[in-house]
Amino acid sequence: MVDPANTVGLQVNPTPLLKDELDIVIPTIRNLDFLEMWRPFLQPYHLIIVQDGDPTKKIHVPEGYDYELYNRNDINRILGPKASCISFKDSACRCFGYMVSKKKYIFTIDDDCFVAKDPSGKAVNALEQHIKNLLCPSTPLFFNTLYDPYREGADFVRGYPFSLREGVTTAVSHGLWLNIPDYDAPTQLVKPKERNTRYVDAVMTIPKGTLFPMCGMNLAFDRDLIGPAMYFGLMGDGQPIGRYDDMWAGWCIKVICDHLGLGVKTGLPYIYHSKASNPFVNLKKEYKGIFWQEEIIPFFQNAKLSKEATTVQQCYIELSKMVKEKLSSLDPYFDKLADAMVTWIEAWDELNPPAAAAANGKA
Amino acid sequence: MSSAEINKNEVDIVIGALNADLTQFLNCWRPFFSGFHLIIVKDPELKEELNIPEGFDVDVYSKADMEKIVGASNATMFSGYSCRYFGYLVSKKKYIVSIDDDCVPAKDPKGVLVDAVSQHVTNLENPATPLFFNTLYDPYCEGADFVRGYPFSLRSGVPCAASCGLWLNLADLDAPTQALKTEQRNTSYVDAVMTVPLKAMLPISGINIAFNRELVGPALVPALRIAGEGKVRWETLEDVWCGMCLKHISDHLGYGVKTGLPYVWRNERGDAVESLRKKWEGMKLMEKSVPFFESLKLPETAVTVEDCVVELAKAVKEQLGSDDPAFTQAADAMVKWVQLWNSVNSSG
Repeated sequence: MVDPANTVGLQVNPTPLLKDELDIVIPTIRNLDFLEMWRPFLQPYHLIIVQDGDPTKKIHVPEGYDYELYNRNDINRILGPKASCISFKDSACRCFGYMVSKKKYIFTIDDDCFVAKDPSGKAVNALEQHIKNLLCPSTPLFFNTLYDPYREGADFVRGYPFSLREGVTTAVSHGLWLNIPDYDAPTQLVKPKERNTRYVDAVMTIPKGTLFPMCGMNLAFDRDLIGPAMYFGLMGDGQPIGRYDDMWAGWCIKVICDHLGLGVKTGLPYIYHSKASNPFVNLKKEYKGIFWQEEIIPFFQNAKLSKEATTVQQCYIELSKMVKEKLSSLDPYFDKLADAMVTWIEAWDELNPPAAAAANGKA
Repeated sequence: MSSAEINKNEVDIVIGALNADLTQFLNCWRPFFSGFHLIIVKDPELKEELNIPEGFDVDVYSKADMEKIVGASNATMFSGYSCRYFGYLVSKKKYIVSIDDDCVPAKDPKGVLVDAVSQHVTNLENPATPLFFNTLYDPYCEGADFVRGYPFSLRSGVPCAASCGLWLNLADLDAPTQALKTEQRNTSYVDAVMTVPLKAMLPISGINIAFNRELVGPALVPALRIAGEGKVRWETLEDVWCGMCLKHISDHLGYGVKTGLPYVWRNERGDAVESLRKKWEGMKLMEKSVPFFESLKLPETAVTVEDCVVELAKAVKEQLGSDDPAFTQAADAMVKWVQLWNSVNSSG
């Protein structure tokens, strides 16, 4: 059994790192009560709330938070016909928040994620850890058996090539979850009571050439470096699939990061995941994905981007062409998705004109 | 898996003795070594008699045994830290667990002594998952599983070839790093076992390692000797080279390599600054090795471990031989090793 941290009485962080350079993107359909618990760590930061579902519903944001909120009407107004690439009735809509943000860094968190405790009982400032992960290099070209070599008390082990010890720039920090683990529907059905109580005290770089299942519940990234690739796909209403939004983005960003020489980290920080979604509902959403991923994974494992693709947008457009060419035969959905990927990039570039684009691409 | 569930008859614990007095070492490990067969191999350059406490089921091999079994000229292959490979050669068991003689059991965060032998065997007996990274690490352990998005076709995993453990207190850092941070000790207990992904290279340490001898025995090659190699780990690279070969061959044959638990507690020995005084060849050799292994492709026709070692040796000679005589010697040693392996093990 594991409990969330009790943050009542904790002082709001007096020295919030990157306060003016980071936006917190939260998709919601219900309420944002969970932000009460996060106050000490998140209050100093600007929030971008993406309200999914019924736009007439009023979402209450706890006092003291500085935020902008977008509902479906706003998304349609801002993007016009390009709004078709943003999912409806699915938390995938959060990527709209990435697009409208003007900051360098994004932290995204789900509204059922609370503050976790580390083994000593201390409340984990997840955002601070994500920032540390992003500001510090990654090491995708050679695995360090002591994990993050830059961490206090750690280092590169004997045999680690000296020429690789500077590492590369980190683009993504993927955090984990205590309590309700991020299982797929079949696993949830077989193990409804399983809880993740294991606090693995490490951050590590996912090696170049290795794919992973990226969960969007507790994620941070450098928007300048990889933002345009963080499209969460077409999910939810009117789509044949759900709960593969973050997975899709994760496979795309990893291929592109590997190509551009950027790093992806996983491990700390943990958040406390409180709500288990309904496994039967999940099964219906995931069903097609379970079969499709068997084809999708080899597709991404073999995807080779051209050396002319030097910006994230160029990489992403190339990837969309490959999706259309190689995955359309799997299902016409992928044809639509490939088009949506292009629409996304067009919308991204429209909202983030070229002056900012010079900062994109290779670190 | 508790020690009660492990079939002790399938395991040999191989210790390379670089210290003559193994009393403290073996007494500390007694709770976890008892019931197992031990192979202790004495560094042929160690002059003193070994001091081994009572109560262990142990076979000891020394220089004389090496000369008898592999011949005097080949016995030089097993000097220093490489003496343990002789134990791998003569063992008849499925699994080998090998721990340096300056390590004792570590304590986990609850204060309980870690049964490193049990953990290593558990790692070896459970599948590895090199083809896709599981963000919750070992999916087969109690309380964990594969996460959402992990392809179902990859969930049965592949056979585990090796289990690389870690070290608390004195971590396995190189001489320059340890000399710079003389007071640094590893106090971080990371509670995870994970598979090192396909194609990812890593520095495998020989200090705390276990492997499936039946599966990959010949791939653990005592090959790379740096000039001025010494009797402290800071002055060797043999295990790192061995590990690069092992990982590459495992990747080629579809096996997995795990890293993480178990931890051992490693003690002070030698002086990093002193080791620095020797011109440290290891750095140069590693730099050359990395691009070599990165671009290396073993032929499809290499389907046995022995074939892979021989092909690897050929490639080393061709591509690295002119860079440094150490590589040519390593290549020759690898070929010789396979010959010895076959001749020693053909008699059953």
